[in-house]
Amino acid sequence: MRNFVSKRAEQIPPSGIRKFFDLVLTMEDVISLGVGEPDFRTPWNICESSIYSIEQGTTHYTSNKGLQPLRDALSQYLARHYNLRYSADEEMIITTGVSEGLDIAVRAITDPGDEILVAQPSYVSYTPCVALAGGKPVPVRCTEKDHFKLNPDTLAEKITRKSKALIINFPNNPTGGVMTESDLKGISDLITDHDLLLISDEVYSELTYETKHCAAATVGDLWERTITLNGFSKAYAMTGWRIGYLCAPKELLDAALKIHQYVMLCAPIMGQVGALEALKSAEEDKNRMVNEYRLRRNMFVAGLNRIGLPCHVPDGAFYAFPSVKETGLSDTDFAERLLKEHRVAVVPGSVFGAGGVDHLRCAYAVSRKDLNTALGRMEEFIKTL
Amino acid sequence: MDEKDLELLRILEENSRLSAEEVATMTSLTPAEVEARVCALEAAQVIKGYSTVVNWEKAGNGEVSAIIELKVSPERDYGYDRIAERLSRFRQVKTLRLMTGTYDLQLLVTGKNMQEVSRFVSEHVAPMDRIRETATHIIMKSYKENGNVLFEESEPERLPYSP
Repeated sequence: MRNFVSKRAEQIPPSGIRKFFDLVLTMEDVISLGVGEPDFRTPWNICESSIYSIEQGTTHYTSNKGLQPLRDALSQYLARHYNLRYSADEEMIITTGVSEGLDIAVRAITDPGDEILVAQPSYVSYTPCVALAGGKPVPVRCTEKDHFKLNPDTLAEKITRKSKALIINFPNNPTGGVMTESDLKGISDLITDHDLLLISDEVYSELTYETKHCAAATVGDLWERTITLNGFSKAYAMTGWRIGYLCAPKELLDAALKIHQYVMLCAPIMGQVGALEALKSAEEDKNRMVNEYRLRRNMFVAGLNRIGLPCHVPDGAFYAFPSVKETGLSDTDFAERLLKEHRVAVVPGSVFGAGGVDHLRCAYAVSRKDLNTALGRMEEFIKTL
Repeated sequence: MDEKDLELLRILEENSRLSAEEVATMTSLTPAEVEARVCALEAAQVIKGYSTVVNWEKAGNGEVSAIIELKVSPERDYGYDRIAERLSRFRQVKTLRLMTGTYDLQLLVTGKNMQEVSRFVSEHVAPMDRIRETATHIIMKSYKENGNVLFEESEPERLPYSP
């Protein structure tokens, strides 16, 4: 029998956390800071409205773009909160999580050989998505010195004649870095001058602490060349509901919509109903969760710096990204030994590409009690080195 | 009262057993600053005390609680205040509120058993001047107290790792 696996699929490297995943399943009493999702339950009003809609028989397909009331509410929400203007009818698709939004955005714009710049460290699916679409991912490194913002000079160095688009994610997974309006202005000219498209994954937009989130499409002339991705997973603790959205000018949106209608048809209706309820009534729940993350961040980051893992204060998301350089261990060795010997699971930074080496991603979306226990165990481990 | 004070109050309302050190790291204050602010809030009686949310049913002490509705004739110059303060002094009265609607005062009363609660109502509350009517509702089961659910909830299941 011949090998049926495509070269494209074969070329995708295996997940960097698989090894840890297998290991942790054999262990007990592990505190996991490796989870990139909220530890809170989805607010009950959201669950309840979705349960009710199922009871009422709301269990069918929606239009490809998603439920009209959800798009209407979203359009208003984005305008009110971020001054971001997208028409509910022509410039918005409800997607099955931001993951789908990313995939269809990349596929809608990538031709074979196109170079797609990816600001890194980054979420693990960006480069495989680009590769699967036939493009060439080009990492652009964000460094701790810049508080993990995208530095315009570094970006300029990576731009070639083949560059077509740039993917950014701020607030950032895994670093917690954010880009303010003035930071974004610093890269907007480069994007415009080189006629690039911007894909901005803003799924952590609600989780900022000291600064208010600035939507990339609101900066300079970026709107006409930006695809904005966002979703409900992180802000409303709705990861399993799989509801995201893609917003873009009509021509770009129509291209993405063609792919969406053939590969996904529509996002799950129960999730869309829940998302609508989230916009209507879960503002207060969201604010409480965000406030709790902020308190945990303050406590946890102070703790990391105290035990000898230098860490900048992340302005957004729920990740701390301390450096392990001073311990003399690589990030992978540190994470593996910390798990095996002291039962704390973290993700080695190198999993997230360029700039992640020598760092750990620690999600502080766990209870304060567990964060304290984890800090204690990490401190014990560092003392043995 | 500034934003930090409000933050301290929110944290302590949820868990008053946190140490000053713990609260300090969360709020980016020093432990001494936390202590000073809490002392000031106590002195100003913004913080009225510290208590524990107990699931008494689980603790098995068999206490009985009742909500008692009172219709009261208000007093000239004092309204409901004097009679409410008088009722508040009883150890058995855990909560007392003035309400809008069909009755005036609402009491939460606890006692060792039903007899004790009914004796308290009939001997101490009902005969009091200006109380026109009482209605006693025994609490059969409590599901949530002060924001804390009392029934068992399983932890949401999450994968040990997710990117």
